[in-house]
Formats: sequence, structure tokens, C-alpha cells
Amino acid sequence: MKKFSKQTISGFVNYGIIVVFFLLFQILSATGNLGSSLKGQLIPICSYIIMALSLNLVVGISGELSLGHAGFMSVGAFTGVVVANSLSTAVPNGIVRLFVALFIGAFVAGIAGIIIGIPVLRLRGDYLAIVTLAFGEIIKNVLNCLYVGIDGRGLHFSIKDEQSLHMEPGGRTILSGPMGALGITKLSTFFVGIILILLVLFYIQNFVNSRPGRAIAAIRDNRIAAEACGIPVTKYKLMAFVTSAAMAGSAGALYALNFSTVVPKKFDFNTSILVLVFVVLGGIGNLRGSIIAAAVLTVLPELLREFQDYRMLAYAIVLILVMLVTNNEKAMAFINGKIKAVFKKLRKGEAR
Amino acid sequence: MLSYLINGISLGSVYAIIALGYTMVYGIAKMLNFAHGDVIMIGGYMAFCSTSYLGWPVIPSVLFSIIVCTMLGIVIERLAYKPLRDASSLAVLITAIGVSYFLQNAALLIWSSNPKAFPNMVELPNLVIGDIQISSVAIVTIIACIVIMIALTMFTTKTKLGKAMRAVSEDKGAAQLMGINVNATISMTFAIGSGLAAIAGVLLCSAYPTLMPTTGAMPGIKAFTAAVFGGIGSIPGAMLGGILLGIIEIFAKAYISTQLSDAIVFAVLIIVLIVKPTGLLGKKMAEKV
Repeated sequence: MKKFSKQTISGFVNYGIIVVFFLLFQILSATGNLGSSLKGQLIPICSYIIMALSLNLVVGISGELSLGHAGFMSVGAFTGVVVANSLSTAVPNGIVRLFVALFIGAFVAGIAGIIIGIPVLRLRGDYLAIVTLAFGEIIKNVLNCLYVGIDGRGLHFSIKDEQSLHMEPGGRTILSGPMGALGITKLSTFFVGIILILLVLFYIQNFVNSRPGRAIAAIRDNRIAAEACGIPVTKYKLMAFVTSAAMAGSAGALYALNFSTVVPKKFDFNTSILVLVFVVLGGIGNLRGSIIAAAVLTVLPELLREFQDYRMLAYAIVLILVMLVTNNEKAMAFINGKIKAVFKKLRKGEAR
Repeated sequence: MLSYLINGISLGSVYAIIALGYTMVYGIAKMLNFAHGDVIMIGGYMAFCSTSYLGWPVIPSVLFSIIVCTMLGIVIERLAYKPLRDASSLAVLITAIGVSYFLQNAALLIWSSNPKAFPNMVELPNLVIGDIQISSVAIVTIIACIVIMIALTMFTTKTKLGKAMRAVSEDKGAAQLMGINVNATISMTFAIGSGLAAIAGVLLCSAYPTLMPTTGAMPGIKAFTAAVFGGIGSIPGAMLGGILLGIIEIFAKAYISTQLSDAIVFAVLIIVLIVKPTGLLGKKMAEKV
């Protein structure tokens, strides 16, 4: 039998975690053990996992700090809503429409990624971070005053108000500025979310070990050395950035098509930061860590419900403490020692 | 036109004072202190409480707010940032975000999410020149900004502590070898930055008199943008960046679109950074291989 490399095995473990996660929740909901609040969180968890994976591609593998990732999610979300809404008569099948919406959402977010990536990737470090933040805010602001309507003649766009769409009678408004998208048909399902995660995971895991993936890692580790070896820095950085943007777009479409209303303000700076927190807490560049952190931290505020008003305060304190402990060598050595001791005991028990 | 300009300079002065806090902390600790905007909010609430609940006059309540924020800055630095001095910058960034969440939610619990009407701190008549009227708040803000600018420049160039601060931001290791207490200097920078944030909080809430736990977030981000705009780490840069940003914002609001004004501000920032990647007054660093 052919021996698999360590990376391949680790990749399969990741797929396994997702599948187990899916089966676990299917069983829980089939047996009625799943609370309704947690049930409502399943699709957001899926989209946050995809967001965390895609941001990890930029922050972990390409080594650039992006603070505007929610902008791409927003572009994908509203594109997805517009597509799903305008195809409602042409494509009656919900699943097909969902996939078309996800794909076009990802595509448009990818285009936004190209437009933003070309100027942004010229900058470095904290300057790059602030420009991505600025683009995220611009996207939010523009979507906040974007009106889209549909009638017999096709789609109409305006950035002023609903009247200036000049629609025929019988046309309907899809996006109405700060009110966002109203009356979305819920198309997203947990199953599709899981499929999407598996696809994104499959892509990233293979991308990292491909020629462009290795080139990107080389640029991250030493840009000048990589450049001297003839690696086209901008091209590869843009590749990672745009791929990540497209994935975020699909996550956004999945997210938006799970709710009946979505407002542009949802995808603000705080959402970008939230996803960044998933990536950093999960371990930068560690895909499995991102998945676990995204799932746990999305559920955590729900689990902290007993603290009621104090739950976000508790969340903040947990966040600070985790950062302090994981960055303290003594504390980490202590914890690792404990874990090893436990494993040793287990092994001894087995040997007996 | 002139009144827009004055309003712009006034708003810009507030941004400039906040941006000073960002830029000093960045210069010395190389970290983006995302909790700075929330210190502004705490400053606003402190001034609000001392005037509205305790009935203190204006000057003691502003001083009270400054003292509380300075202490808060030192405590945050000690508890959250100091243990991470050698950690990666991303770890510190996330911790700063944690602190920001903490402050916002603590404020939410103490003062609830209902907006509070901020009392008028500047009880002076508005200035009338010809047919244009300039609010007294705007004038006080601009004067405060100029005074702070001069005081800070004097502090960093003339005093021993200020020189130590500049030395630490230039080269931490070398400064330590010269006998400078690096940790104390960093704590002091946080203290000054937070004290300035309190002043900014009072001025901001006097100009826009609604106070909420999220009041500090957006001005915080914009002031951070201003700091980058002027070249982060540079004190005159923060001033220039802040004032320009304020003027651009007010003019965009007046002549182009109220809704899109933030987008325009950020677009200008992007254009400046693309043309001059280290900001207007930023130093160009040679890259060592």
C-alpha cells in the first residue's frame, strides 16, 4: 500500500472532523437534543468556518494582516441575495439556485479582491492592514446606500433612493440601502454549508502544497530572498488574496441566504475582527485550529447565556486570558507538562 | 464655506488629539492599540457622570475624567499588554481587541445602551463674524488642540522623559543600554495617550452630544486612519493627518454626500498611501537584507 505523507493524513483528519461534526449535529437534531438557538447557529457556524479558513490563507499562509475581510463577505452576501432573488422564476429549484448564488457571490467577491488587491498589496505590514480596513469600510458605506430593484426589463441600480430606480410597475426592490435586503427566501441548508467547507478545505490544503502555495510561503518567510529567486511576488500574493476573497464571498452568500433580512451594517469592522480572532486563536496558519476556533467561539456566547448580560464581558475576559496564557512560555510549559503527564498515565494504564 | 472650514478644523482637531494617542503608542510599543477608541468613550462617560450626577463644575470634571483615563491606561498596559511585550504583534492586536470588547461591554452594563445627552461643557457665547456663526465648542477644540500640540512638542524635545520616550521608540535595546527604564517609559506613553483620549472624549461629546458605549469606536478608527495618513509614529504627522481628515470629512458631507462621506475619507487615505506608502510625514525606512 502506498504510504501517505504526514500532510495528507493531517488533511484527512480535517475532513474527518467536519464530517463527524456534521453527523453529530444530524444525530442531535434527529433525536431532538438540539436547542433551537443552537440550531439557528449551524449555518452561521459554517460560514464563519469558511471565513476563518479563507482569512487564514491571507494571514497565515501569505502572511499579510487583513482587517477588511467582512467587506468581501458583504459583497458575496448581497450578490448572492440579488442573484437568488432575480433567478427565482427562471430557476425554481432551490438547491440549484443556491449553488448559482454561491458561485456568483464568490466570483464577484473575487473581482472585488482583484480591484482591492492590486493597490493594497503594494503596501506592507501595518499600512496594508489599515488599507484593507479602509476598503472594508468603503464597501460597507457603498452597500449602505445601494438600491437594487428588478422588473420586466432587468436589474436596476441606484445609489440615491428607491424612486431613482425608475422601475416599471410590478417591479420589486431587492436591496434598499441601509435597510439591506428584505424578504430573502431561505435557501441555505446545513448540508450545503458542510459541502462548501469541505470544498474550501480541499482547495486550501492542496493549494498550500502546490507550486504557487510554496511560492507564497516563501514570500511570507522572506520576501527579498523569494524575489531574488525569481518568484513574481505580486502575482502570487494577489493569487492568495483573490482566492481568499472569493471564498469569503461564498461564505457571505451562504450566510445571507440563511436569514430573511440582512443589513450592510452586519458586515462591519467588528465582523472582520471577529474572524481574525478565530484565525489567531486557532493558530495562525493552522487550518484545523481555525475550524475549531470558529465553531467554538460562535457557539460560546450561546453557551455563556447563563451569565446573561455578562456574557460578552466574559467573552472579552476569556479572549484576553487565552492570549496571555498562550503567549506565556511558563504557562504553556506547565499546561503541556500536564497534558503529557495525563497521556503518560493513559499509556501506562494501557500497557498494564 | 468658511464655517465648513472651521467645523472641519475643529473635528480634525479632535481626530488629531486621538491620533496622537495612537501614534505615540505605535511609535514606542509598535502595537495598534484598538482599545484607544474605547478609552475616549470612558472619558466621555466620566465627564458626564461627574457633571450630571455629582453636579461638579466643568474644569474639575474634565480633570477627573483625565485622571481616571490615565489610570485606566496604565492599568490596561500593566495587565494586558506588558505580559505580551515579546509576543508577536498579532497576539498583542487581538489582546487589544479583547480589551476594547471588555471596555465596551463594561460600559454597556454600567450605563446601559441608551444614549445619554451630554451636558454642554463649553458655556460660552458663539462667535459671530459678519453673517457666519462659529460655535464656541469649535473654537475651544481648536485652541485645546494647539495647546496640546505645543505642550507635547516641548515635552518630547526638551524634557528628559520626553527624550527617553523618543529614544525608546527609535531603538529599544540601545535605549535600555543607555540606562533608560524602557517599561516605565512605555507605561508613561500609555498614560499620556489615555489622558489625551479623555480630553478628546470630552471635546467629541461636546460637539456631538450623544454618548453611547459605542461612541468611541468610529472616531477611534478614523483617528487611527488619521495617524496612518500623517505617517504613523510621527507626532506632527498625527496632527496634520487628523486635521486634514476632519476637513475632508466635513467638506465631503457638505458638498458630495452625507452617506458616502466615510467612504470618501477612506478613499483619500488609500490614494495617499498608494502614492506615498509611509504616510504624509512618515520616515522612509531602508530595508536591510
